[in-house]
Amino acid sequence: MPLVPGYELAESFRESYPNAVTCADEYQIWVEPSGVGQYLQHLKGPDGYGFDYLSAITAVDYIEYFEVIYHLRSIANNQTAVVKTRLYDRESPSVDSVTFLWRGAELQEREIWDLMGIRFDGHPNLKRIMLWEGFPGHPHRKDHMGG
Amino acid sequence: MSVSSNSVTVNIGPQHPSTHGVFRLKVEFDGEEVLDLEPVFGYLHRGTEKLAEERNYAQVVTLTDRLDYTASMTNNQAYVLSCEKLGQIEVPERGLYLRVIAAELQRIAAHLMATGFLLQDMGAMGTPLMYCFRERERILELFEMLCGARITNSYMRIGGVFYDAPESFWPALRQFLNEMPGYIEEYEALMTGNEILLGRTKGVSSLSVDDIVNASISGPMLRAAGLAWDVRKSDPYDIYSTLDFEIPVGIQGDVYDRYWVRLQEMRQSLSIVDQCFGRIPKGPVRTEVPLIFRPPVGDAYVPIEAPKGELGFYIVSDGGISPYRCKIRAPSFINLTLLKEMLIGKKMADLVVILGSIDINMGEVDR
Repeated sequence: MPLVPGYELAESFRESYPNAVTCADEYQIWVEPSGVGQYLQHLKGPDGYGFDYLSAITAVDYIEYFEVIYHLRSIANNQTAVVKTRLYDRESPSVDSVTFLWRGAELQEREIWDLMGIRFDGHPNLKRIMLWEGFPGHPHRKDHMGG
Repeated sequence: MSVSSNSVTVNIGPQHPSTHGVFRLKVEFDGEEVLDLEPVFGYLHRGTEKLAEERNYAQVVTLTDRLDYTASMTNNQAYVLSCEKLGQIEVPERGLYLRVIAAELQRIAAHLMATGFLLQDMGAMGTPLMYCFRERERILELFEMLCGARITNSYMRIGGVFYDAPESFWPALRQFLNEMPGYIEEYEALMTGNEILLGRTKGVSSLSVDDIVNASISGPMLRAAGLAWDVRKSDPYDIYSTLDFEIPVGIQGDVYDRYWVRLQEMRQSLSIVDQCFGRIPKGPVRTEVPLIFRPPVGDAYVPIEAPKGELGFYIVSDGGISPYRCKIRAPSFINLTLLKEMLIGKKMADLVVILGSIDINMGEVDR
């Protein structure tokens, strides 16, 4: 399944969202965290690439910032893409929920909130999922005890 | 005169045989009918992703065995593929063939388990499950010949497989390949046309392709709805691009189609193993990779088609001896997204059948 190069994705943003892309390379693009919902909507829609399948959402703690990674796939066009965004607010990081685009994000975003502590604005039911309410901290963060 | 009734909240699980592990459902019933439900996860959460950050790359293979413990081989395969992409390691051809043989045998074993338990959930106590386990046992014996373990195999290594198959493995595999089609015929004769099975499964919990794709559902559930999409075809890894096999698809995505797709996939897997059996080249099975493996800085995600759907490990390397982050894209966790849509309005007895047809594995759901 061919990967759409990041600079090609960045090109598709140029007209409608000139400030969306912060960086792009051969494999992926980095977008502004403030408008992730509309940027991914653009990629899902007919003007973008028709990415109809959200393969996975991942969050990584790089200490200076959190990175949220979206692995997208278009079943019709047989293409994949990787979109990343960086969140610098360590106290209460938050990003748009993409559940309005793909329901497949529902459980994955809840898991990221539970284990990494990133809020997804607009999620219909953002509760802890693996751990219980009241669990201290978010264990996938690098500064969590035992980490 | 009308009869009014109050709804009753029933707690199913975490200790309940038809939840396939420690899954818990809080269900609100009106008589027999499901009004609302809330799934509760996490009873088997062991923090596998966090544990992986504290072990070296080779040690993580043993953690992957314990995710979907009915399909350890494919878990190993997904993990080592991501590591190999990260470290740009070439695997010798014989190693690739052995991996595919092991993975396809594992798919048959996992589908046998899913089918047996689905029938058990339907009330066919004993016979179908015992028949399925009879053949699964043969596969586990083959695995024991390969690597000495039956369930937690850890057979695959970064750079290939642990060890070449012993001489006695090949006649045993040949015998299994000769006999298994007859057993699948037997399941079909016993189960597929059975009136009770048809009555319990046809038209139950149908899902459309659009809903399934939108909810990121993959594997037999997706194919049962009629979309011929399989990672082995769309994004071939190991040697799948050289193999000839078909993707069985269902029509309306109900419980029957999920059952039927699994049964047909077993036939395709047998054909794949048969092709590998005839073609496997001689040579080494493993590229030497240092035990303390330090891949270059970067990230990699390689999806594979596990028995339950798309499985992939997103691994981030900081150049150190252990993964900086090891995220697991678990198919049976994400396949539960549409649980409410599938269950609300259904009868209590259908609830366990539908849950059985999703084929969840709590080791993988909770990780």
